Amino acid sequence: MSEITKVDYIQHRSRRKFLKGLAAGVGLIALPSKDAAAAVWDEFFQRHFRELSRDELKGVIARLEKDYSKKFAKQVTVKTTPPIEGVLYGYGLDLSRCIGCRRCVYACVKENNQSRDPQIHWIRVLQLDKEKGVDLSHAEHYYNPDKVPEKGHFYMPVQCQQCEKPPCTKVCPVQATWKENDGIVVVDYNWCIGCRYCMAACPYGARHFNWGKPNLPAAEMNPVTHYLGNRPRPKGVVEKCTFCIQRTREQPGRYPACEEICPVGARKFGNLLDPNSEIRYLIENKRVFKLKDDLNTQPKFFYFYAT
Amino acid sequence: MKNIWNFFAGTLLLISKGSKAYYCWVLLLLVLMAIGASAFLRQFDQGLIVTNMQDQVSWGFYISNFTFMVGVAAAAVLLVIPAYVYEWGPIKEFAVLGELLAVSAIVMCMLFVTVDIGHPERFWHLIPKLGRLNFPQSLLAWDVVVLNTYLALNLTISIYILYNLYYKREPNHNFYTPLVLLSIPSAISIHTVTAFLYNGLGARPFWNSSILVPRFLASAFCSGPAFMLLIFLLVRKYTKFKIKDEAIQKVAEIMAYAMFINLLLLGAEIFKEYYTDSIHLNSFQYLFQGLHGHSALVPYIWTAMAFNVTAFFLFLVPSTRKNTITLVIGCVLVFVGVYIEKGMGLVIPGFIPDTLHEIYEYSPSNTELMLAMGIWATGLFVYTMLLRVAIPILNGDFHVADDGVSSYIGDDLFIVRQDDAEGETVVAEPVPARE
Repeated sequence: MSEITKVDYIQHRSRRKFLKGLAAGVGLIALPSKDAAAAVWDEFFQRHFRELSRDELKGVIARLEKDYSKKFAKQVTVKTTPPIEGVLYGYGLDLSRCIGCRRCVYACVKENNQSRDPQIHWIRVLQLDKEKGVDLSHAEHYYNPDKVPEKGHFYMPVQCQQCEKPPCTKVCPVQATWKENDGIVVVDYNWCIGCRYCMAACPYGARHFNWGKPNLPAAEMNPVTHYLGNRPRPKGVVEKCTFCIQRTREQPGRYPACEEICPVGARKFGNLLDPNSEIRYLIENKRVFKLKDDLNTQPKFFYFYAT
Repeated sequence: MKNIWNFFAGTLLLISKGSKAYYCWVLLLLVLMAIGASAFLRQFDQGLIVTNMQDQVSWGFYISNFTFMVGVAAAAVLLVIPAYVYEWGPIKEFAVLGELLAVSAIVMCMLFVTVDIGHPERFWHLIPKLGRLNFPQSLLAWDVVVLNTYLALNLTISIYILYNLYYKREPNHNFYTPLVLLSIPSAISIHTVTAFLYNGLGARPFWNSSILVPRFLASAFCSGPAFMLLIFLLVRKYTKFKIKDEAIQKVAEIMAYAMFINLLLLGAEIFKEYYTDSIHLNSFQYLFQGLHGHSALVPYIWTAMAFNVTAFFLFLVPSTRKNTITLVIGCVLVFVGVYIEKGMGLVIPGFIPDTLHEIYEYSPSNTELMLAMGIWATGLFVYTMLLRVAIPILNGDFHVADDGVSSYIGDDLFIVRQDDAEGETVVAEPVPARE
């Protein structure tokens, strides 16, 4: 252990002890129902996800699984699967195929346990004019015809672009959001203070705030969750697309829900580091663009025209 | 230690004394604070859904007020520089009143941020070592640091000076001068960092302009002093505390220059956006003309423009600057004008249109208005209390008694009356019969 990390480690330990002592002390004061109060204080004094030791993480996960299972009356699992080595996720979206049906929007809501009321959508589909091209200032957000696609229009779904240089993580005052090694930008909902600076910084409108208490019907709750992804969120924190971290990090993995549901195959997903992946083929052989390229956020979400 | 306790006990005794008007004023503030507190409890329980903010406009009235109050906190530095750097007597006599205003303004800033966040109980995540303050990456982390530094400096300086005057001691020059000098760059830093907070976001072209910092500084040197001049005029009128004409004139003159720079910089921004006529013009159009039929801010910003320009001329022309009535009018115009321009006028257009060019027109909800009113009342309450102690000390009406333990209180009456125009605090006390 080098000198610096040693100091860090010692500081960590003493802080951990201090917090634990504080938690125990305050827990004693709040006597009424001993277990419930203890859980509340455990949650209050829970440290940052990346600072938790193996044992502490176990405790946190056990607490969360117990809470969620009770609340939603089903066995809920909270995974903490780490990134897979040698994987950098990339997403492709074929603008020449997308028909604007919004199935991806609702598949995402279902998979990722978003609040139904107030409604939170991680994907926003824009209706654009073929004449004007990709010009956001003429985008229609709330198109609602009987049938899509409409003549003269094309459709552009926008979600988290999983930037290589995310402006949102940089501004967070408490490091509650960060980019993982597989390129996914995640949020620790137990650490976020809800200042919404990241929402001001995101150029894609990809971050969403739980303005009220999220309303997630127990029957519709997806019990397979990831700590950094689709586990139920409290009110007052920011959330966003994680490329379905609870699916894509598993081995064998599954495609993100939006990719899976797309009826026209407009959505592509894969490993940017694998030269034989479909996403690499598309980037190398199709007309590709990145949204707001000039901001140098370096999205790993690629729009392309296959035809 | 014992001295500190005696001083503290004395101030408690002092603030409990006052005229009927003083009691009424304090009671009014307490009622407004209670209303604000109840609004906060409701918001804490239900979440920020009780505001009119949404994902599209994710900061609103609270952060607008925060931004404006950071500017007001500048007031002190405009007194500190002539008082301590140039050792200019007329201002030095009351520079401490400016420092106390800075303290009150920063308290309001912190409250406005606290009520804006989703999990105020997680504030400890911001404490270095204990939590994970993202310093130096996040400008919000910088703001936490500089605001607290500025608050600590002003509190230390003003309490130290007042404490020593209370004990009839000459404050130790060598102790407070370095702190005062440090408070100057510190005042600049709170504005700079707060402007950078907006400035550094490539996602928001309305804020992503390199002259945002000078614009902030220029308008800050108008709004804070405007409030302070109003207070000084009243203090001068209703207490035996004398503030020289030349001091007030000097502050007003500096305000005229600051306002000129403010208007010039704003004009430069407007020219650049309109002449270039790129997509980035949208936010300015929303603010000044309305965009796609949405124009909630248009009447406000034009009011602000009219107020600021009028005030500039009132302060520029010596005859209107020297006339108390036009001076008061000018101060009120500046205060309101900058409140609009550097409050809602700065924050909201950053979000309209939003990053995907959707327009959600925001105006504060009742809860937001009530809560903000409660915080304003808290700020005024803090300032009233501080003045209640500071003015008698400066006047020599409140100091340690001859026994060295209890305190001598020379003025039991402390009149505070509400001004019709602005709801400003008017601090006054009767001139005693014997002089």
